[in-house]
Amino acid sequence: MATVYIDNKSYEVGAGKNLLESCLSLGLDLPYFCWHPSLGSVGACRQCAVKVYKDADDKKGRLIMSCMEPVADNQRISIQDPEAKEFREHVVEWLMTNHPHDCAVCDEGGACHLQDMTVMTGHNYRHFQYKKRTYQNQYLGPFINHEMNRCIQCYRCVRFYKDYAGGKDLDAFASRNQVYFGRHEEGTLESEFSGNLAEICPTGVFTDKTLKEHYTRKWDLTNAPSICQHCSVGCNTIAGERYGELRSIVNRYNGKVNGYFLCDRGRFGYGFVNAEDRIRKPRVRHETVSRETVLEEIKRSILGHNVIGIGSPRASLQSNFVLKALVGEDNFYHGVNDNEHNLGDLVVKILTEGPARSLPLKEVENCDAVFILGEDLTNTAPMVALAVRQSVRRQPLQHAAKNNIVEWNDAAAREFIQDEKGPLFMATVHTTKLDELATRVYRAEPDNIARLGFAVAHLLDPEAPAVDDLSNDEKEQALQIANTLQQVQRPVIISGTGCGSEIILRAAANVAWALQKKNKAAGIVLTLSESNAMGLALLNGHRLQSALDTILNRRDDTVIILENDLYRHGPPSVVDEFMKTCHNVIVVDYLNTPTTQKASVVVPAGTFAESDGTVVNNEGRAQRFFQVYEPAQGMQESWRWLLNIGAAVDHPRLAAWKNFEDVTRALAAEEVLLRGVEKVTPPSSFRMAGQRIPRESHRYSGRTSMNAAINVSEPKPPEDADSSLSYTMEGYRGQAPSSMIPFFWSPGWNSVQSVNKYQDEVGHALRDGDPGVRLLEPKERGAAPYFSGIPEAFHPMKDHLLMVHLHHIYGSEELSNHSKPVAERIPQPYVMLNNDDAAERRLNAGDTLTFEVEGQAFALPVVISQYLPKGVAGMPYGLEGLTIVELPAWSILK
Amino acid sequence: MFSIVRSLWITFLHMFHKRETIQYPEEKVKLTTRWRGRIVLTRDPDMGERCVGCYLCAAACPVDCISLQATEDENGRRYPAFFRINFSRCIFCGYCEEACPTYAIQLIPDFEMGEYNRQNLVYEKKDLLIDGQGKYAGYNYYKVAGMAIGGKDKGEAENENPPVDVKSLMP
Repeated sequence: MATVYIDNKSYEVGAGKNLLESCLSLGLDLPYFCWHPSLGSVGACRQCAVKVYKDADDKKGRLIMSCMEPVADNQRISIQDPEAKEFREHVVEWLMTNHPHDCAVCDEGGACHLQDMTVMTGHNYRHFQYKKRTYQNQYLGPFINHEMNRCIQCYRCVRFYKDYAGGKDLDAFASRNQVYFGRHEEGTLESEFSGNLAEICPTGVFTDKTLKEHYTRKWDLTNAPSICQHCSVGCNTIAGERYGELRSIVNRYNGKVNGYFLCDRGRFGYGFVNAEDRIRKPRVRHETVSRETVLEEIKRSILGHNVIGIGSPRASLQSNFVLKALVGEDNFYHGVNDNEHNLGDLVVKILTEGPARSLPLKEVENCDAVFILGEDLTNTAPMVALAVRQSVRRQPLQHAAKNNIVEWNDAAAREFIQDEKGPLFMATVHTTKLDELATRVYRAEPDNIARLGFAVAHLLDPEAPAVDDLSNDEKEQALQIANTLQQVQRPVIISGTGCGSEIILRAAANVAWALQKKNKAAGIVLTLSESNAMGLALLNGHRLQSALDTILNRRDDTVIILENDLYRHGPPSVVDEFMKTCHNVIVVDYLNTPTTQKASVVVPAGTFAESDGTVVNNEGRAQRFFQVYEPAQGMQESWRWLLNIGAAVDHPRLAAWKNFEDVTRALAAEEVLLRGVEKVTPPSSFRMAGQRIPRESHRYSGRTSMNAAINVSEPKPPEDADSSLSYTMEGYRGQAPSSMIPFFWSPGWNSVQSVNKYQDEVGHALRDGDPGVRLLEPKERGAAPYFSGIPEAFHPMKDHLLMVHLHHIYGSEELSNHSKPVAERIPQPYVMLNNDDAAERRLNAGDTLTFEVEGQAFALPVVISQYLPKGVAGMPYGLEGLTIVELPAWSILK
Repeated sequence: MFSIVRSLWITFLHMFHKRETIQYPEEKVKLTTRWRGRIVLTRDPDMGERCVGCYLCAAACPVDCISLQATEDENGRRYPAFFRINFSRCIFCGYCEEACPTYAIQLIPDFEMGEYNRQNLVYEKKDLLIDGQGKYAGYNYYKVAGMAIGGKDKGEAENENPPVDVKSLMP
């Protein structure tokens, strides 16, 4: 700690920081543009000037940029000094000389850092008499809108896009006062993190194009804290609604999970909520019916029948749990295929029985060595890839620190680091975007990847099973990896279910556990397929396959399918047969899927925006999403529908549960692995100063007019029985508990930068701890034996290719595929072959390859890649119209 | 006693004063141009809609009786897809007019809006939009703002230089 005198008042601040961040942490208002807690300081904008004094007698002082000045003990500075204030006012005035007069038509307006800072410095009149500089804009794809005239040249966009996120196609062009930020030519921004430009840019140069489609100001949105539904990482988001439509997804800071950023799938994948073809009304045998009729019909199908329930990895814990309670534990089946079921169980086993701790995403950034087994992170869990990008800077930054270059001094640190990278070892089937950072890349088929992992584990700890007949190259790689992992302080092993291979997960566990034995703070990160795949794995239930078998052997049965498209989890022929054999198929869902089309009864469920629920992310962190708005009549939460069904059939247990809280309490009491989920958020009776927390800002407009066209008498606002948030603008105006912050706002700070005001230390945890409750903690060292069962080395088979799934950030995930801007970027189906395999079969790119895998016939155009190992072929996972089969498996070429 | 007589006298004299009462509705009220009555949406000198859908009027409205939705035409010009004022809530404070950055929304000297049915006091854009500039003639927001719209490209607004040639090496 250091004592700093700011305007003659003494403050205790953390040593090693810069003055700007210290002042902001103290809650003092100091304007800035180019600095960002995640990007550090470069001193480019000259906005954060303060006066520094030599000692108590120095009355004159000198102006410095506070972001570039480290904190020193007994330092004397002044923010309020007239000269410093005047300087800051002039800087804003210079920045504004070319700013176009277009706040009224700017999407950033009302949430604009430049507006806030201009007001803060007091500048209000343009004295500059001459003409304004203008620029032409570029088309940057379906996600981001470009309006270059508004630029103030702070360089934050390229610093984030290139330096932080590793993008290649955004840069600064031209010189002096004509600097231009854009692509070298018009075209879609390639980075998976381009959406963050909308939040990083302090003004409206880069804005959210999907929001522009139905533009709403920040103050007019009804917001609720939410959780991203598009992968297993569970990034925290804020979902905003207006006029009964979900309008935007923005980042919600969580210092343990996503920090300040989101990936584009999470930010722009929300379109499925507003999709035209969504299920909005109950249907019985393809006829739209009333709520009463559908409940009557369901009652008839349930009473006197054997009922089974099929859960879902994309439904909340509550929905899955109520279904389980409704049909009984013996009749509850996980709605995932056998392979995914096994993988889920294995992940839970590794994280709960082994000694390695599952790391929160943000801690991955601080790891100094990474070993990735099998997973193409950029496409299956993009935010983990972003964290890995930061972790390769960890070691170089430590070297810089030894030379007295602090981490936040970004330009200096990058200059020092140059191209130096920390250790990152990749073992993947195909090339990934992280390859460019890797110390060494090992490309092989899943079994060989696992063998490399096992070999590394054996080298780290001879007690771990050894691998026979490795090639010399593999031996040498394993040795290099093992040596490096031993030398560092905080290694992390990353793997996941993307390859569909249990052996890879076991190998990853062995490496992490062997490292643990060396007394290392070794962590493990395992990614899963869907938002609540972990939650489902933690909930006891049977295999989907046995449900299919059960029904096929038994007639006169009713099945309730919860938010699940069975065609994504089972072979079409079997699912067809299953749907035909079932007497009644009741589907509770919001998406129109092949499953709902075959169902006899379809019940319109609410999406994440229209529901309350808890999901568990890949780390084992239970997180709650809140209902953003009451959906139009007919739709409601899946668990509420199931409670209604329970009440209709006089179910003894369900009848006692009335709201979210009742369900969650029962869930926490009954499910051993889910103890603690009730503590994720305060109870619904929680009040701050006797008031609820409003979902709407105090500037919310149009209350007495928005529904006036229907009826001039305003309806009573809906009341929330499930949480302590209110659907109005009335309520507690201070800061809500960290797990239920509906939007970030602070007086004078209307933009997203107001997050600073919610943290005790800028860039660290939210004020009362980062949201979420960790459910999985590791066991003592040595509790679990190493996994054995090392596979044989891979040998190509004649006339066969080992088919694996290739994941795509856009296209492989079910929900975002229904979002229009994401759909624009989904690739066409293909099958990928190695050059040699293609040449052997005389196939050129674009030719059709016919093959059969797991009894499914495919005919797909060929894509040739030199990176795919010989004897292996890849096909994209989850594209619309492409049957999903359990891979890896041998395909028979026709 | 004297004061009563005096009061009677003064009242009597008022019979010969100019009358303040006007015979409304036969005789119309004279209102100044700044009188805050019925709200209209105006057009710019080129007869384009002035409203750009910035939501400032709605935010300024103390009774929240304005709602709208901004949208964009194919050339990037913003306009309200719908614009609704619930006059049964309006208090004619004029804050909306003050907030408007484009002089689109204006209060005009007209108060004859009485209705038997409250629902009829909900005015939609077709009821609000007039074919004129209202009180503030001559102002055209898009001629000043830096956005490109149909018929006005970058660098063609008032006080603007032509767009920067990014590839130029000239100093």
